[in-house]
Amino acid sequence: MALVNVTINGVPVQAENGALLIEVARQNGIEIPAFCYYEGMSLQAACRMCLVEVEKAPKLMAGCTLPVAEGMVVRTESEPVVKARKTTLEFLLSNHPLDCPVCDKGGECELQDMTFKYGVGESRFTEVKQHVPEKQWSPVVFYDAPRCILCYRCVRVCNEGMGVGALGISYRGVNAEIIPSHGDHLECDECGSCIDICPVGSLTSGIYRYKTRPWEMEHVGTVCTHCSNGCKTTLGVRNNEIVRGNNRDKSGINGEFLCVKGRYAFDFTQHPERLQTPLVRNEAGELEPASWSRALKLVAEKFKALAGPEFGVIGSTRTTNEENYLLQKFARTALGTYSIDHHRTGDVVTLIDALSGKTGQLAAIEDLYTSKAVLVVASDLAQQHPLLAGKIRANFRHHKAAVYAVTPGPVREDKIARKSIRIAEADSLAGVEQLRELLAKETELVIVFGDAVQGDKVRQLVAFGESLGIPVKYIALVDYANSRGALDMGLLPGLAPGYHAAAPGRSLQQMLDDSSLAALWVVGANPLKGGRKLAASGAFVVVQDLFLTETAQRADVVLPAASAYEKNGTVTNVCGQVQRLKKGVETVGAKTDLAIIGLLARGMGVDLGKVDADAVFAEIAASVPGYNQLPMPVILTGGAAQTHPVNGGVPASLVPGLIASARDTLFTTGSLTRYSKILNEVLEKPGALYR
Amino acid sequence: MTFSPELEAKFADLITHYPEGRQRAALIPMLMFGQEEVGSITNEFMNEVARRLGLTPMQVDEVVGYYSMLHKKPMGKYHVQVCTNVACMLRGGAELYDHACHKLGLGHKEVSADGLVSLEEVECMGACSWAPAVQVNFDFHHEVTADQLDTILEGLKK
Amino acid sequence: MKLFNEPSPLETRIISFRFGLENSASIDTYLANDGYQALRKALAMTPDDIINEVKASNLRGRGGAGFPTGMKWSFVPRASEKPKYIVVNADESEPGTCKDRLLIQHDPHQLIEGCLLGALAVGAKKGWVYIRGEYNYLIHIMDKAIAEAYKHGYLGKNIGGTDFSFDLYTHTGAGAYECGEESALLESLEGKRGVPRIRPPFPAVSGAFQSPTLLNNVETFSSVPAILRMGGQAYADLGVPKSGGTRLVCMSGHVNKPGVYEVPLGFPMMKFINEIGGGVWKGRALKAVIPGGSSSPLLKAEECDIPMDYDSIAKAGSMLGSGGLMVMDETTDMVKVALRIMRFYQHESCGWCIPCREGTTWLKKMLQRVSDGHGQTRDIDLIGDLAQNMMGRTFCPLGDAAAMPTIAIVKKYRNEFEEYVARNPFAAPELVSIA
Repeated sequence: MALVNVTINGVPVQAENGALLIEVARQNGIEIPAFCYYEGMSLQAACRMCLVEVEKAPKLMAGCTLPVAEGMVVRTESEPVVKARKTTLEFLLSNHPLDCPVCDKGGECELQDMTFKYGVGESRFTEVKQHVPEKQWSPVVFYDAPRCILCYRCVRVCNEGMGVGALGISYRGVNAEIIPSHGDHLECDECGSCIDICPVGSLTSGIYRYKTRPWEMEHVGTVCTHCSNGCKTTLGVRNNEIVRGNNRDKSGINGEFLCVKGRYAFDFTQHPERLQTPLVRNEAGELEPASWSRALKLVAEKFKALAGPEFGVIGSTRTTNEENYLLQKFARTALGTYSIDHHRTGDVVTLIDALSGKTGQLAAIEDLYTSKAVLVVASDLAQQHPLLAGKIRANFRHHKAAVYAVTPGPVREDKIARKSIRIAEADSLAGVEQLRELLAKETELVIVFGDAVQGDKVRQLVAFGESLGIPVKYIALVDYANSRGALDMGLLPGLAPGYHAAAPGRSLQQMLDDSSLAALWVVGANPLKGGRKLAASGAFVVVQDLFLTETAQRADVVLPAASAYEKNGTVTNVCGQVQRLKKGVETVGAKTDLAIIGLLARGMGVDLGKVDADAVFAEIAASVPGYNQLPMPVILTGGAAQTHPVNGGVPASLVPGLIASARDTLFTTGSLTRYSKILNEVLEKPGALYR
Repeated sequence: MTFSPELEAKFADLITHYPEGRQRAALIPMLMFGQEEVGSITNEFMNEVARRLGLTPMQVDEVVGYYSMLHKKPMGKYHVQVCTNVACMLRGGAELYDHACHKLGLGHKEVSADGLVSLEEVECMGACSWAPAVQVNFDFHHEVTADQLDTILEGLKK
Repeated sequence: MKLFNEPSPLETRIISFRFGLENSASIDTYLANDGYQALRKALAMTPDDIINEVKASNLRGRGGAGFPTGMKWSFVPRASEKPKYIVVNADESEPGTCKDRLLIQHDPHQLIEGCLLGALAVGAKKGWVYIRGEYNYLIHIMDKAIAEAYKHGYLGKNIGGTDFSFDLYTHTGAGAYECGEESALLESLEGKRGVPRIRPPFPAVSGAFQSPTLLNNVETFSSVPAILRMGGQAYADLGVPKSGGTRLVCMSGHVNKPGVYEVPLGFPMMKFINEIGGGVWKGRALKAVIPGGSSSPLLKAEECDIPMDYDSIAKAGSMLGSGGLMVMDETTDMVKVALRIMRFYQHESCGWCIPCREGTTWLKKMLQRVSDGHGQTRDIDLIGDLAQNMMGRTFCPLGDAAAMPTIAIVKKYRNEFEEYVARNPFAAPELVSIA
């Protein structure tokens, strides 16, 4: 695009012809203040804060809608401009309740900041302000109309950002206000983006409101522990309690995007049923509280006695890479077993194998935002992978990306799709085939597929992609925060970390079905969920978990574990992007799985080396292919770095096992969310896919 | 929700007036014509219109809240509107409105107990040269004196 | 339909000459009185010829802004992949204005013919007449006229045996002054809240349903048949340079013979009031005139000795606007006028932008307080200052429309505000510096 010469505040700058002045100024370090303008969303020109002086224009111009042109001379801090800003602020404050001392937003309010900057300290009005009572729209969303400055950010983030459109504007003039989707309440994703994006304290969070002042919190940037998308979330921690989750600094792969789980579903950490002390089954057959030393001693002794091929280990899709790595190392060396597995939710292994010999074909999250075309196969993305769906919507909005969907029922992508195909999941590939002609016309493509495409079907899908004659990247969807890390770290019978061959052992199902199993160690998983039984009735069972799950109830010893928000380490998201977990709060009673593994090893007299997250990660980086080239500065500063998995095929040593997504909705992810009060309060719970 | 055959015919015709895929354009006429029959913009009516035009009820609600002639609460069978804007004010519109208030015992947007009459102080309705003006439902009355207003009001029949 | 006021012999009746004829709204009356002659002529002309004729007429938009009509027509792109549309602004809502109502009531076919000429000029196939909700009865009149036009082959397919086809519909508003602003009207036409759009793009490029749209006021479209019949130059010659032809001026307020009268552009304002309007009523003296609807700054009596055309009134510091001329006699209370005007704009502010939403609200509250006798001297300055702070800062012209008359009244009649304050027993004394 042609460049034009523009002068801003006397400084000559070059900019793309037609670029918005407010953006050009920002790129050159000049801030033009605005409330309604929001990067990436539709233009409003409503707040009038961005008025600037443009030479030869008869009046002040709104910088948010003004395209720059050759020779334009702009002043953003001249006297008329500053006066206009002051008067706009005066108008804004005229009806705004000055309840800043009790407002959630106080301290991080854009209206406060702007008032501070332009100094309108005096109120010239004596009349009574317009007042209407505050409304509660859902367990998580409250709306205070008098505080609302009508910048319409919430309406846009809901409609454009989330694709939901649950917020509108009603009435007019000074009575105009935001309205929810269902008359007096909201039925939506309950993502809380509207609250986050509100520049003032008009929309407030049911979880956070009136709990703290922003400056009394510690802000801890970590990764959401729910689905596999790996959104960075900044936990607001006060008095060792997480009081909010958001990502206002837009850092991380998700920018400011968070779904209901990332924003609110940390409350399970405070659930009254949270295990605080180890439990040991007594002679009466009941689980009774025990000290850590007693429980660990008992387990170490038992493990030592029962070590061998009849020992089964089930790992987690939520524990850190370090914990997973150490767990399999401990199992395969000290415990002498190769029976190690986890709940597999997507066929990443076959995808990596099918792509052997090729490079750069595993898509990262960003690819969904930049690729010219995206194909979604057999997933209700907006519910199962909200960030991925959000990226695709943004790609459509900003780059007019071509979106295709092959799903068994209606999905949100339909609204933006160039073509949607309704077909049973089992026939997904036939559906994809119907798109061949259209897809071949694209210049590049990302294919995202769910668990219905597994085994040979993955190979067929890749063959299809490769036959299109365009660059194609793939994402094999998996369910949980570290599902991908569990695979990478070798929580698989027959595959060691980095997809290296290992001696074969039992799969998860085989462990459950094998009546000769002597011991079962379950770390952060719940394989007996839904009434499934352990065939080996005499097996010694140890479970590490946050809650007394179905599996824990069957255990001989239960060890209370820390959640992801309570420990350091790394996790790997659905696209193989490694990110760092940062401890937000200290646990009381529970220990991290890493610490528990270390203590058990010590109890058994086994040397696992230094057991702390950094040391184990160093070992992973040194020994696991794919993790050996990660740029550490990126990860350490809260960024995400994609792994480069094996390139040369996955050995056929993997013991096959069930691959099945749990089909969680937006309001569930496995057992943790059952203990989230807020997720259970929203009307939409638990919902269904493909509606 | 069912409407009279005449209204149904009107709705069916309206929808053909706009370009393909832009049937939302029929929204405001449907609400206006429908209100005459339904009596007010009820939730049921809004939901029905939303369904027919492929909108969410909230999208209809946004529009209803904007326009001053769309009423969520029923007005009287005879909705008496007195203009007090400048041109009418200069010729006694404000006094005429006060007179109507006293005569009917009603205030702005109030409805008589029997639902027969409602009163509204309205903005300019385009009768400036023949002020002061009154509209009863959609019928204009020009250069209305207090006495004439009494006659008009007394003539409103059940 | 009978006339609401007697015509004046001083009028130049170019577009209102059928008013008062028997069954003036019927197609028979229209056809018997030059009806659809211009269309016949235009069907043989090229679009450029039509637009040039309109340009030559010096016709300027009659809705209020006074933009040259021919130029506006030439902005509609010739080639367009999207269909092009005609939209008639019959949302006449500017206080003081009641002329479009008569044009539809007495002569709907003239408007239809105007639309057809516009459609020929820009290549439109479809159009809508957006009629304000309060004018419900006009929808019936217009619908009837449209049906007649279809029956006689002036609307529909192959008009006049040519390949020109055009469909016209009525569309009702539902009570919102803001919809008189053209982009807000288009939003309303599309079934949305009547909030203006960001411009550019202008309607000529992206209007109704995001297609190129020719949007004009009722009177503007209604003037075009006469222009084509008599020729652009002849029409222009009726008025003054840069303001061609005649227009309907709506006289209201304190005059003996209020009414809507058609006069050439440049007609002297005092002559209009005194001779056509029969002078100020009750033998009183003239105090002030609002020349072009309530958004135009009022002129004091001594400022009114000017011709009524766009440029002359602009020179006097006001606007010809929509042609709503409101006359005020010497007894008029200017504080009450200012309050009533602000009450209107406050009621009609759409709420989209901050300066208008809050500005109109607080100005109303303050004017109300002064009018109620509780004002302070500083309030007078504050009212003027707030209005000034709205000027040129709002999203659409409604903010200016509210601010301009307020600024003018406070400036020109400050003494009346001061008298109100002086009567306030609780007025604060002027602060005296003790330094």
